[in-house]
Amino acid sequence: MTVPTGSRHLLSAADLTRDDAELILSTAEELRSLADRPIKKLPALRGRTIVNLFFEDSTRTRISFEAAAKRLSADVINFSAKGSSLSKGESLKDTALTLEAMGADAVVVRHWASGAPHNLAHAGWSRSSVINAGDGTHEHPTQALLDAFTMTRHLGAKDGALRPGGLDGRRVAIVGDVLHSRVARSNALLLHTLGAEVTLVAPPTLLPYGVDTWNVQTSYDLDAVLPKTDVVMMLRVQRERMNASYFPSVREYSRRYGLDARRMAALQDHAIVMHPGPMIRGMEITADVADSERSVIVEQVTNGVAVRMAVLYLLLGGSEPAVANGPADVGAADLGAADLGAATGSTTGNDEESEQQ
Amino acid sequence: MSPTHSEAHSEAPSADAAAGPQPAATGRTVLDARDVSRALTRISHEILERNRGSRDLVLLGIPTRGVHLARRIAAKISEVEGAEVLVGSLDVTMYRDDLRMRPARALLPTEIPPGGIDDKVVVLVDDVLYSGRTIRAALDAMNDIGRPRAVRLAVLVDRGHRDLPIRADFVGKNLPTSTSESVAVRLAEHDGEDSVTIK
Repeated sequence: MTVPTGSRHLLSAADLTRDDAELILSTAEELRSLADRPIKKLPALRGRTIVNLFFEDSTRTRISFEAAAKRLSADVINFSAKGSSLSKGESLKDTALTLEAMGADAVVVRHWASGAPHNLAHAGWSRSSVINAGDGTHEHPTQALLDAFTMTRHLGAKDGALRPGGLDGRRVAIVGDVLHSRVARSNALLLHTLGAEVTLVAPPTLLPYGVDTWNVQTSYDLDAVLPKTDVVMMLRVQRERMNASYFPSVREYSRRYGLDARRMAALQDHAIVMHPGPMIRGMEITADVADSERSVIVEQVTNGVAVRMAVLYLLLGGSEPAVANGPADVGAADLGAADLGAATGSTTGNDEESEQQ
Repeated sequence: MSPTHSEAHSEAPSADAAAGPQPAATGRTVLDARDVSRALTRISHEILERNRGSRDLVLLGIPTRGVHLARRIAAKISEVEGAEVLVGSLDVTMYRDDLRMRPARALLPTEIPPGGIDDKVVVLVDDVLYSGRTIRAALDAMNDIGRPRAVRLAVLVDRGHRDLPIRADFVGKNLPTSTSESVAVRLAEHDGEDSVTIK
């Protein structure tokens, strides 16, 4: 698939080549220092309009994108499903047409349906850039980028500077509800691109169907994985997406797949603990681990702004985007369309699927 | 790296112009390694004379070659004065007036020395002064970082053809050129040797 002229989207971590990803990370590194300056503002996106279109609740992602866009001097319009026509049943298509009419240069979209950002980008409703800020159980590419950035800063930096290839051969364990996690999927794709080895650790019921086709290893045994790993990324159990019982009890889950002080002691000295948030203390991670020296959870949030600035700048800052030009989103497209049907209980595969129920 | 630079260097206009080393010198050599060294020594003395010492001095190089030049000038000043001179770098990419006219470009390092630039005498250092647009962008970039007491400009080569009312305070070599010619600056730190050539 060739991306049409003027297309500048970030829909999947699979859209990014290794060079793209490393350009985003090195750009983020330069932009990170902005937070230490008296005037936290750069003029790169002056006069551009960015719409945050959120169909699903989110605190950190929306605020992070808003801060990133504002620091680049873009105009930001926040558009959330609650309290807008979206809650009256307007379709995604009509929303897109409205945003197009308002002259949005980019739409940052979070949607409960997997594939909605892909629809928005490729259905021909608007000419805006589309940036996926999390779609259903599919992908969350900017989260994967900020995670990779955080890992690189801790494990792949030399003399305080990021090193290309810094994650080559590093071992990352992603633990918990992989089945419902767009963060896990995007991370698995991006980390593979960057040369890291990913192991997904979860009970069999919480590993997605077809995980054997991902470029990852899987394990049901957290204790066996921990001593070999450089990064442990804990995932929240997404009970709001669960319509069946995937494990006997919370206590049982915590005991087998939760990260507590005893398990943390099994980690190598340099290993770091991550969590994309929001975390449930006492379930997948204990409070003492979340607040420990190894935990980089708060830093992930800080890095999120720098990484999203880098993405916005590289997609919108010039006459054409500097990243994600590759034809790689074919697979994501197919997957997205399939998921979209499943998520809405529709099999027709037309625009109506993304309508609010 | 920049319109001024890429034109000045006769490079294909890409971000790589700054990142990669200059190809082997072709064309007529205007300054060789010893000339470059002498020019920088003279600039260092002129800066000290103008500033009456190294007090409050901050040298900010414009990446990539401007940073190397700033470091060399700082070393020469330290030699004479016996005191450390603060050196940093200032990336102007996001402040360029042609940002929207080309694909998004990679950012280069901005490192402001500890203590910032407020009430300091900042000397901007670049390799070639041509249209003056890079320097305009640098003045804008500095505006977001602090308020220096004064800003001066030091360049290794001034090749004329200004588009903006900007001039250099310290010039290594005034080089009359035609706009069809290109000037290539090569520095040992980045390109393996020191030379300025014209083609």
